[in-house]
Amino acid sequence: MMTPVLNVDKPALRRIARGGAVLGSGGGGDPHIGRLMAEQELGDDKTVSVVSLDDLPDDALILPIAMMGAPHVMLERFPAGNEIPALVATMEKLMGREVSAILCIEAGGLNSVIPFIAAAQLDLPIIDGDAMGRAFPELQMVTFTLAGLNATPMAMYDDKGNGATFDTVSNQWTERLARALTIEMGGAAMVGLYPVIAGEIRDCLIKGSLSLAHRIGDLIETYGGQATETLASSLGGTMLFHGRVRDVERRLEGAFAKGSVKIEGQGDFRGRNVVLGFQNEFLSAEEDGRMLATTPDLITLIDANTGAPVPTDTVKYGLSVKVLGLPCDPIWRSDEGLAIVGPRYFGIDVDYTPLDVA
Amino acid sequence: MIRIGVDVGGTNTDAVVMRGKSFVAGAKSPTTPDVTSGAKAAIAKALEASDVAVDAVDAVMLGTTHFVNALVRRRDLSPTGIIRLCLPSGSSLVPFADWPRDLVEAIGGRYRLVDGGYEMDGREIAPLDEAQVLNAVAELKAEGCTEIAISAVFSTVRGDMEQRAADLIRAAHPDLQVTVSQEIGRIGLLERENAAIINSALRPLAVDVVAAFGRMKADLGLTCPVFFTRNDGTLIDTVEVERLPVLTFACGPTNSMRGAAFLSGLENALVVDIGGTTADVGEVRDGFPRLAGTSVTVADVQTNFSMPDVVSIGLGGGSIVNADAGRIGPDSVGLDLLTKGVVFGGDTLTASDVAVAAGRAEMGTHPAPAIEDLDGLVAEMDRMLGDVVARSRTSAEEMPVLAVGGGSVLMGPVVDGLEVVRPAHHDLANAVGAAIAQVSGEVSKIVQLTDDLDRDTAIAQVTQEASDAAVSRGAEAGTLTVLSVSDVPLAYLPGNNLAISVTVVGDLNLETA
Repeated sequence: MMTPVLNVDKPALRRIARGGAVLGSGGGGDPHIGRLMAEQELGDDKTVSVVSLDDLPDDALILPIAMMGAPHVMLERFPAGNEIPALVATMEKLMGREVSAILCIEAGGLNSVIPFIAAAQLDLPIIDGDAMGRAFPELQMVTFTLAGLNATPMAMYDDKGNGATFDTVSNQWTERLARALTIEMGGAAMVGLYPVIAGEIRDCLIKGSLSLAHRIGDLIETYGGQATETLASSLGGTMLFHGRVRDVERRLEGAFAKGSVKIEGQGDFRGRNVVLGFQNEFLSAEEDGRMLATTPDLITLIDANTGAPVPTDTVKYGLSVKVLGLPCDPIWRSDEGLAIVGPRYFGIDVDYTPLDVA
Repeated sequence: MIRIGVDVGGTNTDAVVMRGKSFVAGAKSPTTPDVTSGAKAAIAKALEASDVAVDAVDAVMLGTTHFVNALVRRRDLSPTGIIRLCLPSGSSLVPFADWPRDLVEAIGGRYRLVDGGYEMDGREIAPLDEAQVLNAVAELKAEGCTEIAISAVFSTVRGDMEQRAADLIRAAHPDLQVTVSQEIGRIGLLERENAAIINSALRPLAVDVVAAFGRMKADLGLTCPVFFTRNDGTLIDTVEVERLPVLTFACGPTNSMRGAAFLSGLENALVVDIGGTTADVGEVRDGFPRLAGTSVTVADVQTNFSMPDVVSIGLGGGSIVNADAGRIGPDSVGLDLLTKGVVFGGDTLTASDVAVAAGRAEMGTHPAPAIEDLDGLVAEMDRMLGDVVARSRTSAEEMPVLAVGGGSVLMGPVVDGLEVVRPAHHDLANAVGAAIAQVSGEVSKIVQLTDDLDRDTAIAQVTQEASDAAVSRGAEAGTLTVLSVSDVPLAYLPGNNLAISVTVVGDLNLETA
């Protein structure tokens, strides 16, 4: 019998959603609606067990569940509720065996809480880990890609009961084809992808992501506006900056919301200015041409008054903010990792320098 | 044209008489539990102080806290059922999610999900099933609902299905009132639905309130029409307030900002309204408040109807000072300032005492107290106000700060590097704001740009829809101005989707209104 790392009830889910927004690095969609959906599944009494990968046998089938598409659509058209059971049934048929546990593929943003809906519906545990350690905009940007694991077979279901499965030649192709189908399905759909057995992800899973999200949420609840310093010191990160937002510039390029946020220093940072660049997520923090941090390290904006994470799509002029830098999982700092999520992939013409946490 | 503006606040009810664009006279009277007798007294006093005869008044504009109070106190709410047009989508998150339990109990918490709704591009999720809708209504009615609200997925993109369902229900049940969500909220189904439910639950109260103000008008001998002021600083008539009371929820801060802009002659400014317990800061652009872009929490429920973007802090004239800790507020003696404040002979050190000791204000019956760290406390007060003002700014642009309200004496001459202006009659700014309210039309929708529909054409179309809405609500066509246009590109989706919002305002046409 597995001993859960965490038994997640409604208050714990709230903390995970809050922590998920911090790990979202400004993007990944607001976990709010996803949290409410998971709460509806949990009701008053149910809990979801978060378990360690170590407690699963090598041949246990693990299925990541996520929402793919535009977070904006999720604000209007909520899932029917039977997408996930349909996904899981389809994947079990394709894989020829039963799913033993649910996995969170993206611990940042909306997808930090979506797997809890699946776990509550199917009475399955969730593995304490993910494959990004944060939020990224495309589905091939996972540690599993580096480990040579395939996103397919993958299944996608919409609210009407339409389902599709994918068999592709690369994870990049899966992204392209699946993205196209989400549009036809009304802009958002539920997906089950990267079916894996426990034995193949022991080295490439980013372990502890959900308990980390929970801990972050707990620290914010406890410390409010002072949480940034505590988060930085207890998570091996650094408070990059403290100041007031003095300009927000936004533009649409392709299917991405890009732009920058200029922050004027306050307190110890008075007289200095920092510019954060974003593409859905914050990707760079630059001071006078010098990079303080870049992707894949996490750059998160925190409301200095409340400790609440501030997403790129709602950051406003005048807000007093702290900029939290957190180191990404070491796997992303390899040449292979930087090739798919490093600064140059996003068009930022600098070499990656690991976050200075000294 | 002679207008009377009335603001019913928590403590005082204010009334002003305006001739055209000039302030004639104003008066204050304590707010009464029945509300209307306080309003009646204030209007009578204001008229008496003016040279205006009762029969010369052309219109009365009311701003009232009736509805928000009913919701906060969970009183006078009617059992409401919500029908959501969404199936097969939507069951994963049902209505009343995240509401406080006592409020759900007060309203009944009943809902039905039925076929319908639209995708973001206007395709049907499912066709409307008339039998399903009528069956749902019959069931909700049998369970005790006297009011029905309707929501539909993406009804902000296409509103016809919601309207068809509402027409169907009205035809089958002439006794039932129906709220359609698109008339109230914006994108965000759950929040829009919440606003629609709250609106339905408040409707019967709105009918009572309109009737009470009608009696007040008759008692005063007024024969002119009565209007209510909306959250966005514009007017609705009594027929519409009976239908859409939720639109008047946040009129207090709006009227204060509009009044401050009018009294100072400054159309672009920050407004700081300081009362006994809080300081509320907002921004006026072209004389209208900047609206909140995201959801707004009212009585612990998330909604998304248009509300001014107001930042509040617990600092007012009655805020209690902890001199040892160097802290001011958020606890306040509130209404008891006039007995508890040191300058009024009491023994509680308040922010007003600090202001008097620092020479910023003259008030009270007793000398200012000796305060050891006076400079430190004044600096703390300035820091608090500076911070809230800075948070309310949307650009580095220099703009004046208008200080209004009884507690505005706390403010120094400069805040966050900006000059502070205290307009004449600043303590009646709310009632003045009510008196000068205009009529608006507002449309907000997602548009997919194509080869045949470029951005400018799309915005022009939405602007025309907003102008039509304003005229149909009583604006004079010749006075229409476009108040705001915003278009936000939607990420993740190809095909250039724009969320376009347009608000058009105009003067009230008293011939047709």
